[in-house]
Amino acid sequence: MAPGIFNKWFGGSSRQGVDDESVPGEKVIRRSTGFNEFIKAISREQGLKILDLGSTSAANITFMTGLGHGFHQGDVLRQASDKSLLVPNGDDSPTLDVERFLRESMNFAREDFDAVMFWDVADFLPDSLVAPVIERVHYAMKPGGTMLAFFHTKDAGPDAPFYRYNIAAKDTLELQPVRGFRLRRIYQNRQVENLFRDYASIKFFLGRDNIREMLIIR
Amino acid sequence: MWKRKEDEYGTSVEPPTSGSPSVPTAPQRPVETPRSDVMRSAEVATIGKSVVVKGELSGSEDLIIDGEVEGSIALRGQTLTVGPNGRVRANVEARNVVLYGRLDGDIHATDRVDLRKSASLAGNISTARISIEDGAFFKGGIDIQKAESGKTESRVQVAAAAHMPAAMSAQGALLEPKKV
Repeated sequence: MAPGIFNKWFGGSSRQGVDDESVPGEKVIRRSTGFNEFIKAISREQGLKILDLGSTSAANITFMTGLGHGFHQGDVLRQASDKSLLVPNGDDSPTLDVERFLRESMNFAREDFDAVMFWDVADFLPDSLVAPVIERVHYAMKPGGTMLAFFHTKDAGPDAPFYRYNIAAKDTLELQPVRGFRLRRIYQNRQVENLFRDYASIKFFLGRDNIREMLIIR
Repeated sequence: MWKRKEDEYGTSVEPPTSGSPSVPTAPQRPVETPRSDVMRSAEVATIGKSVVVKGELSGSEDLIIDGEVEGSIALRGQTLTVGPNGRVRANVEARNVVLYGRLDGDIHATDRVDLRKSASLAGNISTARISIEDGAFFKGGIDIQKAESGKTESRVQVAAAAHMPAAMSAQGALLEPKKV
């Protein structure tokens, strides 16, 4: 069946009641030392299992499967923004059902993944999810596994955009702005170390922009 | 419920034309074509958006689902399209799967999976080729199947060419997975 038939029928790929989340024309190309180190760590062997917790990216799937690795997509922010997770809490603002989120969105097997691309998800997650998500990732990673995480520095403003990180090359990322998520907080280095206290080590890479890159070993 | 779409959506065999198509002509008698050939090339079944199906779906023709289906779907050698109103909770086996709507379940496609930007997929994908538009939601694992020797090689394709990093565009958007 010709694909054009469906485009004709469905009018291309128009989203049902939801605007396209991408913000066109504002992509940023970023050299990333942290990502380069991450790629070195996962290039020593093939057949690793990689977990991407950022926005769904065809480029990332292509790159990782091209390296011969298995790939698992998480997209935790989209799942955390599901309004059905909110539980009414009397007169107060509703609370987020953390247990249900972990059960439905992060039901990973123990020590299943060799590497995790966490990106800057922690800076945009609701407060109540940050520690449980990092704990669940620890559970899902193999000992000695590698995680790539980004954190904004204090120079980042509240309007710092959320990006979809597309892998462009082994040391280059294409940052594509995605609307719908707001920077919720800035972590100090000490706070980051505390978040990942169950992990074996953290290596910091300072960039020229408002992002700290980290390579975290489980 | 089960509608034939060949007339409505243009899936029928193109009628033979001669000369300029913009010039009105007298009604022409269609060229005779063996009916079995026409039917084979135009076989597309549709589950409309008000239809709810629970159970096993199997067949040897293309299927468009714009309603709700719960169970399992097996269309060996054919194409399954889940329309923007489609809500599917099923494991799917097909040659090609094109997703505009929502699918909860695993996909095993012998050829290709297309996730359009309105798509939402929670489940694992096993396929030779995959195409994902920016904006599509996907949660699950991907297993790129190696083609059997002597047949078309498996590959991963990035459909979102407009958003493709330059380095990948330079590779023609096609990368072949290495042996695992």
